[in-house]
Parts: sequence; structure tokens; C-alpha cells
Amino acid sequence: MSAYLLRRVLYAIPILIGVNLLTFVLFFVVNSPDDMARMHLGVKRVTPAAIEEWKRERGYDRPLLYNERGEGLARFTDTIFFQKSLALFRFDFGTSDSGRDIGYDISQRMWPSLAIAVPTLLVGLALNVTLALTLVFFRATYVDFWGLVGLVALMSISGLFYIIGGQYLVGKLLHLVPISGYDTGLAAAKFLILPVVVGVVSGIGSGGRWYRTLFLEEVGKDYVRTARAKGLGEARVMFGHVFRNALIPILTGVVVILPLLFMGSLIVESFFGIPGLGSYTIDAIQRQDFAIVRAMVFLGSVLYILGLILTDISYTLVDPRVRLE
Amino acid sequence: MTAPALVVRDLSVSVGGSRVVDGVDLEVAAGETFALLGESGCGKSMTALALMRLLPPGGRVRSGSVRLDGEELLDLPEYAMRGVRGGRLGMIFQEPQTSLNPVLRVGDQIAEAARLHDPAADPRRRAVELLAAVGIPDPERRVREFPHQLSGGMKQRVMIAMALAGRPRLLIADEPTTALDVTIQAQVLDLLADLRRETGMAMMLITHDLGVVAESAGRLAIMYAGQILESAPVGAFFAAPAHPYGRMLLAALPTGERRGGHLAAIEGRVPSPDEALQGCRFAPRCPQAEARCHRQPPDWHPVGPGHRVRCHLWAQGGHGAHVDVPVAKGPGAEEGAAAPLLETQGLQVHFPIRKGLLKRVVGRVRAVDGIDLHLDAGRTLALVGESGCGKTTCGKALLQLIRPTGGRVLYRGRDLAALSGRALRPFRRELQIVFQDPFAAMNPRMLVGDIVAEGLVAQGLAKDRAERRARVAELLERVGIAPEAAARYPHEFSGGQRQRICIARALAVEPRLIVCDEPTSALDVSVQAQILNLLHDLQTGLGLAYLFITHDISVVAYLAHEVAVMYLGRIVERGRVEAVLAAPLHPYTRALLSAVPEPDPASRRQRIHLEGDMPSPADPPGGCHFHPRCPEADARCAREYPPLRTLSSGRVVACHHVPDG
Repeated sequence: MSAYLLRRVLYAIPILIGVNLLTFVLFFVVNSPDDMARMHLGVKRVTPAAIEEWKRERGYDRPLLYNERGEGLARFTDTIFFQKSLALFRFDFGTSDSGRDIGYDISQRMWPSLAIAVPTLLVGLALNVTLALTLVFFRATYVDFWGLVGLVALMSISGLFYIIGGQYLVGKLLHLVPISGYDTGLAAAKFLILPVVVGVVSGIGSGGRWYRTLFLEEVGKDYVRTARAKGLGEARVMFGHVFRNALIPILTGVVVILPLLFMGSLIVESFFGIPGLGSYTIDAIQRQDFAIVRAMVFLGSVLYILGLILTDISYTLVDPRVRLE
Repeated sequence: MTAPALVVRDLSVSVGGSRVVDGVDLEVAAGETFALLGESGCGKSMTALALMRLLPPGGRVRSGSVRLDGEELLDLPEYAMRGVRGGRLGMIFQEPQTSLNPVLRVGDQIAEAARLHDPAADPRRRAVELLAAVGIPDPERRVREFPHQLSGGMKQRVMIAMALAGRPRLLIADEPTTALDVTIQAQVLDLLADLRRETGMAMMLITHDLGVVAESAGRLAIMYAGQILESAPVGAFFAAPAHPYGRMLLAALPTGERRGGHLAAIEGRVPSPDEALQGCRFAPRCPQAEARCHRQPPDWHPVGPGHRVRCHLWAQGGHGAHVDVPVAKGPGAEEGAAAPLLETQGLQVHFPIRKGLLKRVVGRVRAVDGIDLHLDAGRTLALVGESGCGKTTCGKALLQLIRPTGGRVLYRGRDLAALSGRALRPFRRELQIVFQDPFAAMNPRMLVGDIVAEGLVAQGLAKDRAERRARVAELLERVGIAPEAAARYPHEFSGGQRQRICIARALAVEPRLIVCDEPTSALDVSVQAQILNLLHDLQTGLGLAYLFITHDISVVAYLAHEVAVMYLGRIVERGRVEAVLAAPLHPYTRALLSAVPEPDPASRRQRIHLEGDMPSPADPPGGCHFHPRCPEADARCAREYPPLRTLSSGRVVACHHVPDG
């Protein structure tokens, strides 16, 4: 198993280099370092000298990917791509183009993101599993049929509608919680309720339907018939046999997204004004702050790879047939 | 007969509107084995599930009565029925592979049943006792294992242990050995018989296999399209079946005596349960049917003690006309052709086992480990062995569908293993394959006509569309399918028809050799006879050579000229079919043949018991591969692998104990 994990970690290196290169190329296809400098310096004070100065301070005065004037390896190392990428692999995110410490920002902003993402995940999981089990218990009846219709309807509505609809209904008409904003400590709770509820509701459709399919697939299997032939009651069949097997894909589906919870949600955070990592990324894209965008994409890939490795490990814990070799 | 443990009267079951079980009456006495015999879809499993009240969604009992020890089960409330299920009424299923919960330890699965029905005993202790009772060695350790760590035969034993936990009065065994190899089947059937004797429970054996019935049951009932057609003591039935269907089933069995002739295949197929039938269910396929048979359902008529039949013809005193079994020897190519069509020399297929950080090769699965075969034009070589012995891999390696890792495959003198890509292409035309499962072997999104024509296109054998269409129609007609079928999809056909289409596809490129990989094992007896007849006709008509891969000895006896017996990747015995089957020399061949159930209760013989399972080809035992299971093994067998020797009779055998000459 340790050999397997080590190999997975080594595989991650070329993946991260690739992701980094792709982000770099995509960003500089639409931007040039000059554009970035003009954007940051503002429209009025822009002189060619100021642009050069801005680029030199932040290391954007080198060629992008290939340095024709370099010698030997320096042709590749003395470039923006190499200089900016090397630090990332040491998880040294450096300073943003506007001069802030990205590492510090991330450590501050991940807490609001987690404060939304974790409750959304847990409440959503509990609700979806309960709903799916209920529908499967009433399988081939009208309860199941109309439940499924409801889930498809919920799934078909855009996530944005839930956000705007929720803000209008709960915040504006009923005045139960503030429409958007954030506070520190426990005072943040009243700002978190609405985004969590919206996040859970918008996930019921697809989540509930998926879990229902998983449970239904298990219910039809031969070992369930065996369990019934033993004389077990329906509850024991459901929780002792079906649930344990259906849990395998559910659990691993959850584990893979666990690390990504740190990244927050781009849309929910910007709509509700939550100062988390999601809104951090959106803002950085709008300000064309390459240092932040690249750091966040890199962090996202690292966490995703971590999620996949955790998934593999979790398989070995819940499924006795799986061994990592 | 002692007091019946189970009495079923007029049981009718419908699933989603179609009547799958229609007025079934049966009785099972304590301590007896009662067999319910029928082809797939006849309603025998639905009958069993109705007794357990475990019908699938949409299924319900429409009428009837099921009494276990005098207690009516159909009127019991569900909670009371749960006490009966798994208690006095146990059931085991066909697929031990999928019938156990993969994430629970086998001990826990058995203990769960014990806890419900035997609360006084310690469930863990009971689990160990039960595993020991079903003959699993080292039960203390096995209770802690998961199903995937056990072999198929062991899993079926665990299923049996689970059913025994409630000390059943009646054990329903639904095709308990169909998914197992013959030597394992023999072990499981013996175990069931022993347990029945020890506990005095009654057993209801549901099967399609006439051999299994003849060997292990006392009485039987034949089911067809939801109804019972005949019920009889096993001896009386096999001596003189009263219903035409029973007679035709027996006549459709392939045997050595029927070699060279046609099997009496039953035309058509089992009617689907939603077809409305007025008269006798079997009338549309019955060659003796009269006008009355199609109009009026027949009544029961007594034949002998405990033997009755549901047939109009019997009532007329016509003991049923004889089913003629023509034994006309076909021409069939004679042996001794100048050069073999196909020859393998030391054919080897090893799969690497990789491990560690750098995925180094740490071992090999020796699926095929040095095989010499030869096959003449127009003849049939049967490759026989149990699952996992490497016979399918060997067939694929001949066609270069899996590339051999060693040895040569000589087709008319050219080594196919040395060719690749373009050079191999012309040979693809000469060698074709028919697979085991006709349901999975065809692309479900392609029309039958396109499937058959694909080889023609790939080999450039038809100039234009019109010619291609004509050729496809001709091919379909040749295998007994209406040419209109070309415009339909595979799912519209039954299993037997699909296998015919697969054969037409193989024939399209006019091959000289067809590898038939268990082509009839997924089919019912009556349909199997149709396909075997077709293969026989094609061989005599076109001079095809077959490499017939099978585990079914009766098919070998009927169809093959030569036979090679495979064990763990190697040939252990090879020779002419009549000689090998009549006087097997290798202990494995002897055990394999003795384990095959004969459809003749008069010939119940002493079986040679093989203990345990076939070892893994990744780690074969030292010395002779067979020695750990061999009743004759001695110290020498554990030391050295016996060389393959050719005896003066022409037989080839690998065993230290077979004398020369």
C-alpha cells in the first residue's frame, strides 16, 4: 500500500506541472504583462517607464516561456513561467500583484469558506440519504414516482435561482436573516444560515436522485434476496445489508470532495458577500491578479489529487475486496 | 409415502399480468428429494419464490394453498412468515458468487440467521459448527473471512450452512450446482444428500439438468410454461417417460451412442408467459399433437404408482408414438490427413503479475503452459477442463486474440504467433470463433444483417451492397434464421436464435476452422440439441474443423473426434474420444468423468471424490499439478512433473502411474 501511495504522489508531479502550464498559457493568451501593469497602475499615471518599473518589481520583465538571450538551461529557467512556478511547488505563494501576502490571505479566508461548505455537505448528505432511503422503501409506488418527479424538478432549476429566490424570500420579504455580509466569531451564524440552506436545497435534486439509484441497484441484488430468505425484517435488510453496500460509492464520492471544501464556492460566496476563498478567486480574476489566480488553481489541483488518493484509501477501509497494490 | 412435509395445491402466480405459474400441485415428503425439472422460463424458480413468499416486485400469488406441516403459509401475516422463512423453510440459490453479501464476514452472515431462528444457542459458535457441518476445513478461521476469499464451491457451502441455521424441515435448492464445475457439483450434491439423511429434512431440487435429477432425486415433476406436465418416481420416468415433452427431452440429450446422427431437437421454443394458450401448453411444439390438443387443456391421467401425466394422447391408450432418433452416420472426414490443419507446439500464455513501486514482474499466471495440439481438416477436437484451467485462453491464443508468450501456432505450416497486423489479416478469414454467451457476443446497437456482413466488409469479400445483402440472406438461411431477420436487432431473438446468428457471422468469411467456446452452455437442453445439429450439419456440409471448448462431457461424446483434457494450463490426457471416454487413463480424467451425472438412475455409480478446488495457476503445486487432489499420488508425484508420453495405443498421457503400452 505504501508503494502504491508513493507512486500516486509521484504521478501528481507531472499533473501539477501540466495544470500550471495550462493556467499560465490560458492567462497570457488573453493578457500580456503590459496589460496587467496598466490595469494595476490605473489609467491616469501610465507611462512606459512606470509600466517597466511595475513589471521589474514583480518579476514580469522576463520572457514568458523561452529566453532567447539565455545560455544553456537559463533559456528555460530565466523566464516568468519557471521563476513563478518553482516557488509554488514549495507552497510558497509569494505576494499578489497588488502586494499582499497570498499565504496569509488564504489562511484567513479559508475559515469562512469552511464555515459554509462543511455544514452544507453534512446536512445535505444526511438529507439526501434519508430521502433516497425513503423513496427506495416505497419503491414502485406513487410515493417513489412523485418523489422522483420532485427531485428532477429541483435538479432542473438553476442554482442561481435558489440564491436569488432565497435572498428575496427569506431576506427581503420575511426579514429572517440578512441578505448578505459576514461577521467574525459566533455573530457570523446569522449570515451563514441562508447560504447553507440554499446550498443544501440546490443539491437535493441531483444528490437524492443519485443516491436513490445507488440504493435501488443494491436492493435488486441477489444477496438481498438471500438476506430476506433468512427471515430478516425489512429494516434489518435495509440497514444491515443494502445500506452498507450502497455506502461504498456514497462515501467515496464524499471523500473525494472533502479537501476541496477549503476552496469554497465561487458563486455562493460572491452572491452572499462571504470573504472566503471562492470570492477571493473571483475578485482576483476580475482584477487580473495572476499571482492569486495561479496560486488558487494550483492549490485546487493539489487538493483534488489529495482527494483522489484519500478516496482510494477509503475504498480499502469500507470494501474488503479492495486492496491497493 | 410418509406424511408430506409440503403440500402445494393449485398454486397460480402472476408477475406483471402474465401468469408464470398456473395451477401447480405438488407434495414433498419428509426426508425425500423431490426434483422440479424444467427449462429456463418455465416457472420453476417462481414456484419456489412463491413458496418462500419472496416474489419479485409486481409478482403475486393469485390463488392456491401452500401447507408446510399442515400450516397454511399463504395466510400467515408477514411477521409470522419471517419466522418460517430461513427457519423451517430454507432456500439456497443458483449463484453463490452474488448471493452472499460482499462486505460482511461469512461467519456474521451465518450467525445472523442463527440468531433469528435459534436464539438459545451462541450464534458465533453455531456459525463455526455449521461451517464444519458443510465440510469447510478450518472453520474457526473461515468464519472471519469475506466471501471473495472463498472459492465458488465453498461459497455454495456457506449458503447451505446459512439455510441449515434454522434447522429447516424443507430445503429448497434452486439450481444449486449450475454455476459450479462438475467435480465441485459432485461434492455439493453429495453434501446435500448427506445432510438430508442426517437431519431428515425434505429437499426440493430445482434444476434443468436431467443428469442431476437421475443421480440425486427420488421423485420428479416436469414443468413447462407454468404447468406441471408429468410427475413420477425418478426410476419410472427415466425408464418410460409418459409425456411427449419428457420423451423428447431425453432424446435431445447428446450422448456417445448418438454420434454422427441427429439429435431429436424440439423445434420452436418455450412460449412466453403472456401468450394465451387454450389447449395443452406443449401442443405447438409437439409432433404428435392433434386438433383436440390445441383446443382443450388435458386432464391428469394415472400411469403407474405415483406416476401421472397430463396428456390427451395418454388417455387414448396410445402410449405415445415413439420419438425416432435417426442414427445415420454422416460422411465426416476420416483421420490421417496428410498434414494437420492446425498444430500448436509448446503454446504458452503467461500473464505477468506486477507489484511494487516500479511495477516489477514478481510472478506469472501460467494460464496456458506448454500445450501441443493438432487438428485435422473437417474434424473436431474437444478441449475439456474445469473453469480456470486455461481452455478459453488457449482458444483465444490460437486465433491470436491473445498473443502467446511462447510456443508456435502452425496453421497449414505458417506460424501465426510470428505474424502481426497486416500479415495476420488473411488468416483471420480462415479461423473464426463462436463465443459462449450469445447475449453478450453481439453489439446490441447493430442490426443483425450488419453484424453478419461485418466480416465480409473487413475482408473485402463482397463487391457491392446487393451482393453483400444476398450473401447475408444466404448465411442466415443456412443457420435456420429467416433472411428478414437482417433488418432486426439482436435483442429481438431468443438465446438459441442468437447463437445461430453468431454462427452465421463466423461462417460469413468462409473459415476452415471455428473455435467454439462453450457455444451451448448458456442454452436449454432442447435448444442445445438444435445448435449441435446445426454444427454437425455444417461440418459435414462444409468440411469445417472445430476446436470445441467445453466442460460438458456428453457434448464431447456426441460431437468430437479427439479430446484433450486440460488441468491447470497443461494437457494431462489426449486421444480418440471413444477410447478416452471408455477407458480414461489419467486419474484426473477418471475423476472428471465419474463426476458427470448420468441421466440414467440405473447407472448410479461410485464417484471418485476429488477433495478441494483447483489450485491457482499463479502458484501451481510442485511436481504433478494434480497430486494434491489425486487419490493415487505418491512421493514421486510431489517431486517431478510427469512427462507427456505417447502410449502404443496412440493415447497421450502425463502420469507416472500409467504403465507403458
